[in-house]
Amino acid sequence: MPVVFKTIGAPAVLTGAILLAATSASLAQGVLRIGMTASDIPLTTGQTDNGGEGMRFMGYTVYDGLINWDLTSAELASDLVPGLAESWTVDPADKTKWTFKLRPGVKFHDGSDFTADAVVWNLDKLLKSDAPQYDPRQSAQGKTRIPSVASYKAIDPMTVEIVTKAPDATLPYQIAWIMMSSPAQWEKLGKSWDEFAKHPSGTGPWKLTLFAPRERAEMVPNPAYWDKKRIPKLDKLVLVPLPEANARVAALRSGQVDWIEAPAPDAVASLKGAGFTIVTNAYPHNWTWHLSRVEGSPWNDIRVRKAVNLAIDRDGLKELLGGLAIPAKGFMPPNHQWFGHPTFDVKYDPEAAKKLLAEAGYSKAKPLKLKVAISASGSGQMQPLPMNEFVQQNLADVGVEVDYQVVEWNTLINIWRAGAKADISRGVSAINYSYFIQDPFTGFIRHLQCNLAPPNGTNWGYYCDPEMDKLFDQVRNTFDKDAQTKVLQKVHEKYVDDALFVMITHDVNPRAMSPKVKGFVQAQNWFQDFSTITIATAGR
Amino acid sequence: MLLYILKRLVTVTPVAFGVSVVCFLLVHLAPGDPLSAVLPADATQQTIDEMRSAYGFDKPLPVQYAIWLWHVLHGDLGVSIATGRPVAQEVGRAVVNSLILASVATLIGFTFGTFFGFVAGYKRNSLLDRAASALSVFGVSVPHYWLGMVLVIVFSATLGWLPPTGAGPDGSGNWRPDIEHLRYIILPTVTMAVIPMGIIARTVRALVADILGQDFVEALRAKGMSEFGVFKHVVRNAAPTALAIMGLQLGYLLGGSILIETVFAWPGTGFLLNAAIFQRDLPLLQGSILVLAMFFVALNLIVDVMQTALDPRIERA
Repeated sequence: MPVVFKTIGAPAVLTGAILLAATSASLAQGVLRIGMTASDIPLTTGQTDNGGEGMRFMGYTVYDGLINWDLTSAELASDLVPGLAESWTVDPADKTKWTFKLRPGVKFHDGSDFTADAVVWNLDKLLKSDAPQYDPRQSAQGKTRIPSVASYKAIDPMTVEIVTKAPDATLPYQIAWIMMSSPAQWEKLGKSWDEFAKHPSGTGPWKLTLFAPRERAEMVPNPAYWDKKRIPKLDKLVLVPLPEANARVAALRSGQVDWIEAPAPDAVASLKGAGFTIVTNAYPHNWTWHLSRVEGSPWNDIRVRKAVNLAIDRDGLKELLGGLAIPAKGFMPPNHQWFGHPTFDVKYDPEAAKKLLAEAGYSKAKPLKLKVAISASGSGQMQPLPMNEFVQQNLADVGVEVDYQVVEWNTLINIWRAGAKADISRGVSAINYSYFIQDPFTGFIRHLQCNLAPPNGTNWGYYCDPEMDKLFDQVRNTFDKDAQTKVLQKVHEKYVDDALFVMITHDVNPRAMSPKVKGFVQAQNWFQDFSTITIATAGR
Repeated sequence: MLLYILKRLVTVTPVAFGVSVVCFLLVHLAPGDPLSAVLPADATQQTIDEMRSAYGFDKPLPVQYAIWLWHVLHGDLGVSIATGRPVAQEVGRAVVNSLILASVATLIGFTFGTFFGFVAGYKRNSLLDRAASALSVFGVSVPHYWLGMVLVIVFSATLGWLPPTGAGPDGSGNWRPDIEHLRYIILPTVTMAVIPMGIIARTVRALVADILGQDFVEALRAKGMSEFGVFKHVVRNAAPTALAIMGLQLGYLLGGSILIETVFAWPGTGFLLNAAIFQRDLPLLQGSILVLAMFFVALNLIVDVMQTALDPRIERA
């Protein structure tokens, strides 16, 4: 009898154990629901809109670039890694000629092969206005990202050649912006980008399964993803646009979403108290005053630039922001690989500031007066009003009178594009602007290269220093990665030592999440990887 | 009656035309470039110019208006700059969602409003009247987005009974009046209903009080009519004004709930308008304002006609 019991019992127990294991494994994966700050689902066709947030949620999830960002580390500033291209080299004889060797065996979500023709097709989609697949909406987003590209062609099914207008070692950073959509899917859907938007197909780790404009997008893992380490562990990723900060917090607190982007700073303490996790990290963002260097600007005197930098109590500002900030020590966040060793110590020293101002000829009788344009809100601008009021008080303490011109965010963008000399700038000598500084071009070159003064670019202040231009040329002509990093450090040292900006603070990209969310690594990047995340069964 | 409707229709036409001009010009008065929110911040002037001419923003305003109006008259509200989707489709979907919200809120507001109004009007200066009046004053004066947040804090964040945002567990795509979807509608509609409730209650109270004081009521009572019979006469006399107010409130609720729809992330016209404003999405903004304004015009017309049907004195005047 006992023997019979055993023979029946053993498989039953085993089956039970397997079932149990299977259930707990699937539960451990779960569904992650994210409340975004965007008011709509970012463009799903490949080249997304909604800036960094769009690329984060709809770019590097559904799609890949030839080159991707390494998003695996929270400790190190992230760098480029091979994506759909396994390697890329520049022709030693002609430094404008780049060869990209593509990754073999990669398939789009619709099952078609990723080839060199697909790369050319995607570049045409953005750059060739008479191509049938040319999409003005994606082009508007993507064209600006690859200003150096002159021409391109497929050499063989797995090799693409891209030629730049002039030698430019920053090309890989530009290429990392360009997402690859499936030509076969577009053909299949009647060559319509509107249809493609509903049924997109890329090569990325996530496949879009539901697209409800302004309400919801759902993605499931792509089990055939080429990078086995990045096959998502979750069952599903849900994106919900929640542009209103309080609505985001309410949705998180009631358990409607598990993760929200950018909780309002005044909600952080109560969220922590309620057991939610606040995740922050440094990332390439800065919050500065961009200075006008046109004739007659007070900022043309380095003593003034240094004095103002020394007059700001950045730790006090951090306190004002509930700790959600990194005080600036330079233009790049501290510990960034391009930080280098500047000699000018960006710190709070009001006495030194006063001394420098006196040397520059300012006094109580003849105080330094500054007119600065700021915005009341805006993407990346953090809390511009209270923060600028704080800075204004700091500067008043050393005898500098600041007069703010508060304008609406879109107007500030227009001022920034138009340049310090334009009428729209209303004679201000600085603008408070926050920057995306993730690559050499957006980080350094665009702000200060002589020939990028408006209308050719966004060197708002008309800064021009042949020495700096020489460094920028070196950056563009240094094709060895480590050597290029050294040049970029020199650039940054000059940024800081010449006090070319009023360097105030860096955002920490706060996000709040339920303790159920496990395995998230917040990379020091505007983009993030959702593949490693799981949802625990216990907890809220 | 038919003639009256025709006459009203004729007077509506210039109003509609005026509305379309205002809709078109208003959004052009707002600061900011319609393309700046769509293009990456460091887009080159060339890209900006290309987009500008692609959307026709480089043409003079009167020409832009003529082109727009021509398309609108053919039922084409244009294409959203931000999403590339047809505006008519976006607005259509949003209007349905707002209509759901507004009609439920109006139903709640009208039911409770008339109830409180009649009670207060009949029992003037009683404790019941005071309570009903206090409630309606509260309804009219409380900022509804604040009330919305308080309700969310209590019923969603603290008690966890009701969902705070969205139109349903999987969006509004398959909206149907089942328990799961109705749970999502409770908080926004209650928040929305307090204002019409307050306004209707106050109006009805004043009306009922006024009517009860009139000679004909005394005459009816003297004639020996039952109190219920008198009540029916009171209702009949109060109805035209109450209806007019309800019509206007429905109009307000359809378009004026930007704050509530934003607080609750309800995908209706208010949410759409909010997004369109922040993105400077001119075609979407113009299209949705136009549709909402036309709703007002149409509702006014319907209410006028209904009032005439209920009270023949209006037609004669």
